[in-house]
Amino acid sequence: MSRYLFYPGCSLQRSARPYLDSLNAISADLDLEIEDVNDWNCCGATEYGSVYRVPAHALVGRNLALAQQQVNGSKTLMAACSACYLNLVKTNYFMREDIRLRTNVNDALGVGGLHYDPDAVVVRHLLDIFYNDIGLEEIQARVVRPLKGLRVAPYYGCMIVRPDPEHRFDNPEYPQALDKLLKVLGAEVIDFPLKTHCCSGHMTQISPEVAYELIRRLVDGADQYRTDIMVTLCPMCQLNLDAYQGDMNQHFKTNYHVPVLYFTQLIGLAFGYEPLELGIGREFIAAREALAKIGVEVPEPAEAKPRRKRSRKDDPSLPMPIMPDDEEVA
Amino acid sequence: MDHTPRQLFAMIRAGMEKEVLASNAPWYCVSCYFCMARCPQEIHITDIMYTLKRMAIENGHYEDATAPDLSKSFVGQVENYGRSFELGLATRHYLRHMPSKLFKSAQMGMGMLSRERLDLSPNRIEGTKQLQSILQRAKELEGVA
Repeated sequence: MSRYLFYPGCSLQRSARPYLDSLNAISADLDLEIEDVNDWNCCGATEYGSVYRVPAHALVGRNLALAQQQVNGSKTLMAACSACYLNLVKTNYFMREDIRLRTNVNDALGVGGLHYDPDAVVVRHLLDIFYNDIGLEEIQARVVRPLKGLRVAPYYGCMIVRPDPEHRFDNPEYPQALDKLLKVLGAEVIDFPLKTHCCSGHMTQISPEVAYELIRRLVDGADQYRTDIMVTLCPMCQLNLDAYQGDMNQHFKTNYHVPVLYFTQLIGLAFGYEPLELGIGREFIAAREALAKIGVEVPEPAEAKPRRKRSRKDDPSLPMPIMPDDEEVA
Repeated sequence: MDHTPRQLFAMIRAGMEKEVLASNAPWYCVSCYFCMARCPQEIHITDIMYTLKRMAIENGHYEDATAPDLSKSFVGQVENYGRSFELGLATRHYLRHMPSKLFKSAQMGMGMLSRERLDLSPNRIEGTKQLQSILQRAKELEGVA
């Protein structure tokens, strides 16, 4: 059993829940013991560092300091989200290289009774753990449902391979780890030229038109290669390519349909898990048709519950919004 | 985008501080780090873009507040809850800066909600007080508190 400290990050709690669910599903098969960092806080994404410098590192420093307290045997701190991963890596790196920053961050952490020594934990991305610690042979040995005939585009995005100050990946623009991993699952892996191009990050919230063009390039690239599924390892990439694909189509009057799943979901399928156990079915661009190619049946989403009838005669209160989970009132 | 990154760096070298900080170019940086991977001089371009954003906020030197306000709202939520809160962030942001896109954004929110990918209320960490005191001290050390 290999033990890892884990920084889940905000996205995995909700918007990227399928990433966490699929990771949890397959972790037992791979002898992964995952221990969350206690009471971790947000990493600040790309926003906190746009407003403050020392506080941005102190924000991440709190997570590193909490992880340091939990070091017991393994000192690997694993992150699944590329932005979380890079923020943790950068703060550790800058605290090591810049003595003044280290002093300042520890001064601030001290107010909260915390302290972090650079390199007390080793920050690594989930893909790095799968590829280098678990290894392809181990993963291949557990494949019971090869993804034969499924054309997949490995999509790394940016922040896992760049700037990569600790040199954990083979190439900042043309990495191979995810390609090779998908190959041992039996999938037909496309040599995807846009595999480390940007998904547009937070640009959907600042200038949607710019974001749509960045999303279009990726989706169009994948479509030209007749991709069944784009495979990602970052919640931001998944959200932008999946949830905004419809808006992008509307903007350009196009009709792309390229489902985007997490690599842990594909591993789970190859290990024989059912789609629902892996959070498949929660994507906007349905993977149902693509997965039917390999004999995987994704159940139709539950039919929308009948709308509650509101009788205005007997109800003097103001009308309330109806939420999807509301019990039907007779 | 007012300037290309090359123009921006030439302007920095020419000492055009006000023009550089008023440019919207740094706010179009998506932090993809391609420039850093390719720069033959190994200049930390992306990090410089972050520095320019911070300086612009500090000096109030920007015309379009869409991006700076998004960052500031995000910071506010992290400081209140210790975690990000997408629904609150998006609602506030669209109301202030893209009211015409509010409906579309609400549709997206409903889609996220029905897929159980959106929280209706923020998650809070236990140590919010601790985090706030750490950040307060860090701001003093940065000279912005």
